[in-house]
Amino acid sequence: MLETLLPILIFAALGLALLGAGRRIRLWRQGRPSPVPILKGLAAMPRRYLVDLHHVVARDKAMSNTHVATAGGFVAAAVLLILVHGLGLGSGLAGGVLGWALLVASATMFLGSLFVYRRRRNPPARLSKGVWMRLPKSLMAFSLGVFAITLLRVGLLPEGLLEGAGGWILALVLAAVVTWGLAEMVVGMTWGGPMKHAFAGALHLAFHRRPERFSTKAGGEGRSTGLKALDLDDPEAPLGVETPADFTWNQLLGFDACVQCGRCEAVCPAFAAGQPLNPKKLIQDMVVGMAGGSDAAYAGSPYPSQEPGGKPVGEHSLERYGSPHGPIVASLHEHDGKALVDAETLWSCTTCRACVEECPMMIEHVDAIVDMRRFLTLERGQTPNKAPEVLDNLIATDNPGGFDPGARMHWATDLELPLMADLQQVDVLLWLGDGAFDMRNQRTLRALVKVLRAARVDFAVLGNEERDSGDVARRLGDEATFQSLARRNIATLATYRFQQILTCDPHSFHVLGNEYGELGGVYEVRHHSTYIAELYEAGRLAFRPWKGGRVTWHDPCYLGRYNGEYEAPRQVLRALGIEVAEMERSGFRSRCCGGGGGAPITDIPGKRRIPDMRMNDVRETGAELVAVGCPQCTAMLEGVVDAGAEVRDIAELVAEALVEPSTSVATDAVGHDARSIRHLAEEVPL
Amino acid sequence: MRPETQVAPSLAVTVLVSVGRHPLTGRGRQADQDARGVELARSIPQAEVSLLHAGPLGDASETALRGYLGMGFESLLLLEQPDGADVLPALAERLEAAAPQLVITGERAEQGEGSGLLPYLLAERLGWPLVSGLAAVEEVAEGVATLLLALPRGQRRRLRVRLPVIVTVNAAAPSPRQSAYGPARRGQLVLEEAQVVHDEELAKWQVQPARKRPKRLKIIKAASARDRFKAAAAKAEGGRGQVLTDVTPEQGAEAILRLLREEGVLRR
Repeated sequence: MLETLLPILIFAALGLALLGAGRRIRLWRQGRPSPVPILKGLAAMPRRYLVDLHHVVARDKAMSNTHVATAGGFVAAAVLLILVHGLGLGSGLAGGVLGWALLVASATMFLGSLFVYRRRRNPPARLSKGVWMRLPKSLMAFSLGVFAITLLRVGLLPEGLLEGAGGWILALVLAAVVTWGLAEMVVGMTWGGPMKHAFAGALHLAFHRRPERFSTKAGGEGRSTGLKALDLDDPEAPLGVETPADFTWNQLLGFDACVQCGRCEAVCPAFAAGQPLNPKKLIQDMVVGMAGGSDAAYAGSPYPSQEPGGKPVGEHSLERYGSPHGPIVASLHEHDGKALVDAETLWSCTTCRACVEECPMMIEHVDAIVDMRRFLTLERGQTPNKAPEVLDNLIATDNPGGFDPGARMHWATDLELPLMADLQQVDVLLWLGDGAFDMRNQRTLRALVKVLRAARVDFAVLGNEERDSGDVARRLGDEATFQSLARRNIATLATYRFQQILTCDPHSFHVLGNEYGELGGVYEVRHHSTYIAELYEAGRLAFRPWKGGRVTWHDPCYLGRYNGEYEAPRQVLRALGIEVAEMERSGFRSRCCGGGGGAPITDIPGKRRIPDMRMNDVRETGAELVAVGCPQCTAMLEGVVDAGAEVRDIAELVAEALVEPSTSVATDAVGHDARSIRHLAEEVPL
Repeated sequence: MRPETQVAPSLAVTVLVSVGRHPLTGRGRQADQDARGVELARSIPQAEVSLLHAGPLGDASETALRGYLGMGFESLLLLEQPDGADVLPALAERLEAAAPQLVITGERAEQGEGSGLLPYLLAERLGWPLVSGLAAVEEVAEGVATLLLALPRGQRRRLRVRLPVIVTVNAAAPSPRQSAYGPARRGQLVLEEAQVVHDEELAKWQVQPARKRPKRLKIIKAASARDRFKAAAAKAEGGRGQVLTDVTPEQGAEAILRLLREEGVLRR
């Protein structure tokens, strides 16, 4: 009986899955067009899955092994299931081998599912419950069911087992178990349920909106972090995302791929601070919007709120109702001010990219948030709190503080910095950033100038010709102001000749290096930590040994996660004789200082402050000093009351430790023998 | 005056908007007071707000005017006037024809003459009452508006005025909403021909950049914290002022001259 029933079951499941796939694809296609190379994407998919995705999953060794066993076992078992039981290839010698392989595959999958089961017995808070709780049982049903029917097929069980009434019942039970397994694992893949992530995830990898973020065989780490520009020349092009259907189709596909593992939630600084943002919930809300309906089925952590228990989920299905063509954020006067997502959720994000870095499904949360912010700012004019003032200042004075642009160089009157306008051509253009107006950052800039002069770097500044890079305007969704600033900066830079741009502001670094390119400004940009490390390597700087206490390094998001520079600042600190006492969350897992994405300007209330949490991280290392490399981080971390550690920019540490090599030594030895200069230099009395 | 306006279900409000000038960079922008006027108009529930500007249309003024459109308007009526024209006749003619019940404008422009006289001259010409320094329009019913006036140091005065009326706003009015790029780009600047009267007085004037006026230093002689707080909260006042009434022009001039000498403004 099973011989006739199984092929029917298998092909019925496959047919249903195919139908579901069509329906799912129609849901995604509601989004705006976004051309992707279909065949090339599909061809690149296995590598993206096995290398890039696995690289992220493997950060959690236990879960990675569990997934390899379960998913690998499942894929093998599913293919073999079709061959052996669907097409009846299980007999004969070759068929026998297939049958045995299927036994191994389903056993492996069962082993994996045991680990899934164990994890689900007491799941961490970041995991979604609900339908996800039945997944281990479904996995077991599939693997056990397939194992049992294959045992029969390869003839390991006594012949007469399925005869008689007992045999009938056994056969029915087996068929029921296999049906359950097929329903969850094959049909559920396209109709919804926990296995949806496999189907959507595979296609998301193939048709990702940022194909350049994946590694290639030729090498290269694959990084793509710059926001994509809006087309402002076309008056018909929409300004940002109002409804779920305003996302591009592959963004919608990406949202649908979410496995609700909650890794994003675990690393999100806004979530930890009790601000009303949970990246996982946000992505799920986008799925709710795409498919239409309420968030009642969501069974993970809600958006935090000032009241205990977070924002209610699904209780009033009309409160959180989404539809593909309905607004995501309610305008002030409609729907009682409630729609799918509250505006404050979008404004809580610091754009630190911790969620994107951590997401095993390669979902681009920050892109989506900025897309929705763009609509709120450009169409509704609803940028919260101080943000409209900052944007107005940027429009009127080219800097966020509303300072006189003619006063940009006042901090450096005594330094007599060379101006590009006078020199026209230099090696290094020093980009000052808006920190030039900030008294704290002026100390960093002075230190950096001292270092450059000690290393005899040929540099100049734009002076009053410099404008804000547009970083804050862009993160606040004001693409128009960003592009206006960027185009004027690019025009200014085009009039001068220089090898590279140097800046002590990772935000300017990122925008100049990664975001101006799309508007026609391609530059080689260096963060000062990288540049100082290079100068030291070249033997152009010498330091006296460090005499202070323990030091830790805070990785700025826009230097680390955005640009992959984790090593250079540590190299510089080592050169200073400092052994970095690493924080638990450092490197690519570094916790944001709370200063990015315009978050200090929009200032959405939470229960804690993000910089306070970061200074607690510092305290745990026992460090007396935290070295930073970003004006925002400096401001945020220095703003922490009763902090145990001092906050210093890496340039300040370097400038203090500088030993000026005597002129003769320096001129002879530049570029010859770095080690001997350093040695000579150390002998110079202090 | 016009009894039919009393039964109209909605209230026709015209906001006169001008091209502002940023104090530091001199870039064209929405004039702050006019933008507050727009915000005030938007806060009146049954208002049908239209924007009116008289002046030249250029790149700088277009950016500024589009700034007003970005506050959520589909169009702005622009009476095109060349540089150096007196916009009063054009505005008055237009307002007479359109007959709004409420005209809102800033107290003074941020560039040009900036004398603050335009609302008064308009009111005189139209024969309408004028209320200056408005904080809010509380209610409009049956042709009578209840207005809240902003007085110095947070004081308020309530007034009832029969419509139509011209009101002016200053920094005490609610701060304007954010101007959004999308509506600003989409909005229409509707050009309309209007009579052009050259301002012959203005043509004779000599215009030069203003110099900063000397500012009286605030000397705090407080002994206690309470005094210091009072001094900090108080407005800078001369305190030694004197009011001269019933004096001849010569006596007045002498008094002024004496004061200027005392203060060291005039030497010798």
